[in-house]
Amino acid sequence: MSKATLQVWEVFIQPKTGAHFQHMGSVHAADKEMALQNARELYTRRQEGTCIWVVRSENIVSSKPEDNDSFFDPADDKIYRYPTFFKVSKKVKDL
Amino acid sequence: MASGNLFQYVLSIGDDALITAQRLSEWAYRAPFLEEDIALSNISLDMFGRANLFLEYAASLKGNDTTADDLAFKRNEREFTNKLLCEQPNGNFADTMIRQFFLDTFNKLFLIKLIDSNDDQLSAISQKAIKETNYHIRHSSKWVIRLGNGTAESHAKVQLAIDNLWMFTEELFEMNENDIQMKQQKVGVDCTALKPQWDIIINDIFLEARVKMPQDLYMTTGGRHGLHTEHLGHLLSDMQYLQRAYPDAKW
Amino acid sequence: MSSNNETSFQKKIDAEIKIEPKDWMPDKYRRHLIRQISQHAHSEVIGMQPEGNWITRAPSLRAKMVLIAKVQDEAGHGLYLYSATETLGITRSELIEQLQTGKAKYSSIFNYPTLSWADIGVIGWLVDGAAIVNQQSLRKTSYGPYSRAMIRICKEESFHQRQGYEIISKMANGTSEQQEMAQDALNRWWWPSLMMFGPHDSDSAHTSNAMKWKIKRESNDYLRQLFVDRTVKQADLIGLSIPDSDLNWNAKTKHYEFGEINWDEFWEVINGNGFCNKERIKNHINAHIEGEWVREAAIACANKNKDGIKA
Repeated sequence: MSKATLQVWEVFIQPKTGAHFQHMGSVHAADKEMALQNARELYTRRQEGTCIWVVRSENIVSSKPEDNDSFFDPADDKIYRYPTFFKVSKKVKDL
Repeated sequence: MASGNLFQYVLSIGDDALITAQRLSEWAYRAPFLEEDIALSNISLDMFGRANLFLEYAASLKGNDTTADDLAFKRNEREFTNKLLCEQPNGNFADTMIRQFFLDTFNKLFLIKLIDSNDDQLSAISQKAIKETNYHIRHSSKWVIRLGNGTAESHAKVQLAIDNLWMFTEELFEMNENDIQMKQQKVGVDCTALKPQWDIIINDIFLEARVKMPQDLYMTTGGRHGLHTEHLGHLLSDMQYLQRAYPDAKW
Repeated sequence: MSSNNETSFQKKIDAEIKIEPKDWMPDKYRRHLIRQISQHAHSEVIGMQPEGNWITRAPSLRAKMVLIAKVQDEAGHGLYLYSATETLGITRSELIEQLQTGKAKYSSIFNYPTLSWADIGVIGWLVDGAAIVNQQSLRKTSYGPYSRAMIRICKEESFHQRQGYEIISKMANGTSEQQEMAQDALNRWWWPSLMMFGPHDSDSAHTSNAMKWKIKRESNDYLRQLFVDRTVKQADLIGLSIPDSDLNWNAKTKHYEFGEINWDEFWEVINGNGFCNKERIKNHINAHIEGEWVREAAIACANKNKDGIKA
């Protein structure tokens, strides 16, 4: 059984300039340069990207599903955050 | 001034790319891990694409409805004019990476100059190819460093690969009569002039990889005259088999 | 409480909400997914071998480049799927060990040898064709990472089938030797392709949970029928005949009736006694062992420099 195991890196690709980065999956690599190259090989063969980020999986911090209630629900009733909450006269422009 | 043989010049550059590509394609499903399988096949694809462009150009110069496939699949061992380094077997991963590193470094310097060729086709192909080669050299040089400065075992394998392949490197910079004429017509590249820069790049990476120049500085040559190592015959008999076995068939 | 978790979990499934890596899931669901996704990944990786076998001998530059790209895609698909499996709490090393020790299976089709160039055409046409039928429905599978991997794979897959059909059409319309080669390849690969869809659903141990949890969206027999209906027409177009004397168009049901599969052969191959089983695994093990010093070196070098080589 092999002892040498490469590390897991998460890959984020920016599909075109100005767009948000999207998580695509992971690659295995031993160092940063290899991770970048492997990500490029695996996820951009069909020209699907202008920029690549790679991060060691262990460095990703994630919210937990069991915290979803306290993390996300309180935003549910703060409808004043949406522009549609406010009534504005049609005569007012640029608002 | 006698005019050089453009067809032969283009064909030779095409042969270099074709044979290199064929060697790299042999790594399918055998690479040290899956990501590297994809990397090696990408480089192989780049080289086949490049070979196809050069061979198509050469075919059009030959005329008579010659195609790139005719040139690739129907010439015999003595008619191939690739440099000997290209046809050396893959061996282990260190052997392949050293071969690629030597070739990639040469190709980078060569293509930068070929972009300035008076021949529009050669210039155009080079402009596309240089982008690929910049990536190839990143890949091979980093691997030479990882393996040279990795474990004692990997270091030994890299050093052995250098010792074995060094003798094919001088040929990269040779200029035969045709090369000289092409250069004088401002179509071809002065390969001899590339050597000092090649030496610097190789030495820099060797330093980082903790490997050394070999003791034995013997050099061999012959590729451009169709005088090959015994490896080429086997490579061709495999590559050309179907076209030779079924000469009337179209694929 | 576990039963509360089970209920919310099933509610999500029923409502077509994706299950993500950190969500609670029944242990059986997790294990079923690890088995199914990893076996799919192993199939892609082993599948590189029969096709990789003809790369160096491809008869034209174009055919060679297309084949390399196809085999490369298969490596890529294997990687997407290993990546999805790893989100379930298993490492790639463990997955590789399962494959190499025979604990995990892979698609039986890849245990057949590629004897002629026509086989490469037929694999693209039939094997990828069957895979496409299977995979389209998996895009809607319940586990998020698997579904996303499948969407990506399906996008890339259709060129594979066209590549195969192009090769085999050219041969079917070529010299008499080429036509013979094409028909011979079809004769050898037809029944194994039908076996790719697995046993009749009534004989499969895994089907009912897989359907309940929306891991599997359609039954084996349904998908197999879909494949036959499409493919027979494609064979007719190029003048090749399907090696099945029971093949018959039923005008009432609007489907092709076809003969019974040799299930003995199917189970023999699945259980490791196919023509190439041992060789496929041996090749995989050898490549892995020969690559050990390379992986070790890369890690050793990275450890020497704090962050490895400068990018």
